[in-house]
Amino acid sequence: MNHLPLIIKREYLTKVKNKSFIVMTFLSPLIMIALVAVVAYLSQLNNDKERTISILDETGYLNDVFQNTEHTTYTNLSGLSLKDAIALVKEKEDYGLLHISNVDSLELISNNVKFFSEESPSLSVISGLEQRIEKRLREMKLQKDGVSMTQIEASKTNIDIAQESFEGEKSSKIDNIVKLAFGGAAGYLLFMFIIIYGNMIMRSVIEEKTSRIIEVIISSVKPIQLMMGKIIGTSLAGITQFAIWVILGGVLLVVVSSIFGIDLTQVQTPQQEMMNQAMQADGAQAMAENLIVAIGNLPMANLIVAFMFFFIGGYLLYSSLYAAIGAAVDNETDTQQFMLPILMPLILAVYVGVFTVIEDPHGTVSTVFSFIPLTSPVVMLMRIPFGVPLWQQGLSLLLLIGTFIFAVWFAAKIYRVGILMYGKKPTYKELFKWLKY
Amino acid sequence: MNDLLVANSVSKNFGKFKALNQVSIAVPKGSIFGLLGPNGAGKTTLIRIINQITMPDQGTVHLDGHPLKPEHIRDIGYLPEERGLYKSMKVGEQCLYLAQLKGLSKSEAKTRLKYWFDKLEIGDWWNKKIQELSKGQAQKIQFIVTVLHQPKLLIFDEPFSGFDPINANLIKDEILQLRDEGATVIFSTHRMESVEELCDHIALIHKSNKVLDGKLNDIKRQYKTNTFEVGLESLNKDQVFSEIQDKFEVLPATFKNLNDDIKLNIKLGEHASPNDLLSFLTSKAEVHHFMEVIPSASDIFIQTVKNN
Repeated sequence: MNHLPLIIKREYLTKVKNKSFIVMTFLSPLIMIALVAVVAYLSQLNNDKERTISILDETGYLNDVFQNTEHTTYTNLSGLSLKDAIALVKEKEDYGLLHISNVDSLELISNNVKFFSEESPSLSVISGLEQRIEKRLREMKLQKDGVSMTQIEASKTNIDIAQESFEGEKSSKIDNIVKLAFGGAAGYLLFMFIIIYGNMIMRSVIEEKTSRIIEVIISSVKPIQLMMGKIIGTSLAGITQFAIWVILGGVLLVVVSSIFGIDLTQVQTPQQEMMNQAMQADGAQAMAENLIVAIGNLPMANLIVAFMFFFIGGYLLYSSLYAAIGAAVDNETDTQQFMLPILMPLILAVYVGVFTVIEDPHGTVSTVFSFIPLTSPVVMLMRIPFGVPLWQQGLSLLLLIGTFIFAVWFAAKIYRVGILMYGKKPTYKELFKWLKY
Repeated sequence: MNDLLVANSVSKNFGKFKALNQVSIAVPKGSIFGLLGPNGAGKTTLIRIINQITMPDQGTVHLDGHPLKPEHIRDIGYLPEERGLYKSMKVGEQCLYLAQLKGLSKSEAKTRLKYWFDKLEIGDWWNKKIQELSKGQAQKIQFIVTVLHQPKLLIFDEPFSGFDPINANLIKDEILQLRDEGATVIFSTHRMESVEELCDHIALIHKSNKVLDGKLNDIKRQYKTNTFEVGLESLNKDQVFSEIQDKFEVLPATFKNLNDDIKLNIKLGEHASPNDLLSFLTSKAEVHHFMEVIPSASDIFIQTVKNN
């Protein structure tokens, strides 16, 4: 008798009708958006702050370097002594005082610049000042050697290396960034999905044990049917929740940003910084065009198909292990010792993905980890946008499916025995023995 | 075929531990079969094998003449000792779910549930959650779910635990009625008085082996020692007592009686007739009480377990 649809339906409905599930589904995007909005607002607040920086340039070389900007005002204190200048800055409560002591030669200036302030100054302020001084000093040194200002201006070049594969596929930096974004998002999504819904499966197995309904159920259905029903039902609930999050999050994002006029894109993340750099190189319009081209360049069909297979394969593999853990223990506190071996490969996969794949998507480390079944779903998903030969994808998927079948067999064994075991927390040795029952 | 369920030399090991050793039982159709044994003897393992929850290492189980198949799940109703329900699910939904798992259609399950809910007068529980019910109330739901699909074979493991005497009686009557309607019942319990009351057949499992089985009355006949409990009244108590003692093997007895009698257990030899004893006694004193001592299920249980 096939009860699988019935079990899936029950698991799905119980999850979806659960109050805390409903609350989480609708509250999470709100909290997330609120968080992003607060961060965006705060960083904006920080950027908007007006500063006054006093300059005491005893050499006179650098006075005209410091032009007022929107947020920063420079005051020239030339003529005052350092002591008086400091006293004045303190009194005015300026942000700080930049002091360049009087030295004979240009070469020595670089070692004689100091910044005085009440509190330690922000890194961006200091590096901004440094950049300006460096630029001016270089120009002056060149001029001293007889290079004219026009020549200096003319020598400025901007390089954007055009990339092309041997097959003639053109790509650019922006391509790589887009690939990283897609791969990273896919890998990270899988990671989150496994952690959240794997745990949910585990809890629902434990619930059946603690409420002692398990023996009633498995006198009607095969344990493996119950397990698979649980995994599929919970996954469907998870997909529902995720879909609602995405839709609700998108809508809220638009609403919040239009109401409060907060430009959420101003929240600086490392990825965006890279984007910005790319943007500076290309110019905004070219950048937009490139972005479209880059997305067009992605192996979309491959990406979508591979995403489905690796996502499902990886998720099922991990969730069957979660189900086995749930079956082996009596309550949630006992799960810790078994969680570690599951979380380790998962976290490793994310680290490998983030650090190695970005650096070299087809290097040995990335390639190897995209074959090892426990890490392959995450790593392979991150690699695929960079173009992975089909035979590699196929082999990796085959290994994944093989391991998945083994894991289900293994989990079903543990599950079958474990769900009827109460009392003492099992050791690994005992789990191994259960396999032979 | 007169036996509904036949287990033939069933063995089961868990690692090095032998949970069942060559156990054979035959449960006659329409009987209430008591499966007895001390804690940890292997009863639950045997029951789980019958329910196909665990597979035997050796031996076969036949239901109605056929080797056990997954389809037989519909023919068996099992109330495990470790039982519970989904706490946060509503009573009605839960019953429907469990009934459908046993192969009933949704509409059929609804009709039958209504019948049972009316019969046990719990119709207003339909939309309650299990966690709102008391333990005894939840047990009632569990009982209904077990019998709802009208299985040929019912297996009850400690069915009365958690019930007050009134509800225990109610359930007992339901079990008897189900038996009368043709169901066969395997009944596992430690409460010997209910074994006495309900069971036609018993099997006793001890330390993974079956040590005793058969009709309860046959077993009692086997275990009786031809001992009679007598109460006598006489003016000359001491003399009567010594005369009896000379002739028979005598033990003191305790039972309730109106007068201050001589109360004795008199054990006869294997082929001696109770009539001879009675006529001897009537010639010596006035007989107020004369009863054969029949071993109770509890006595048999204790004796068998101690001897093995």
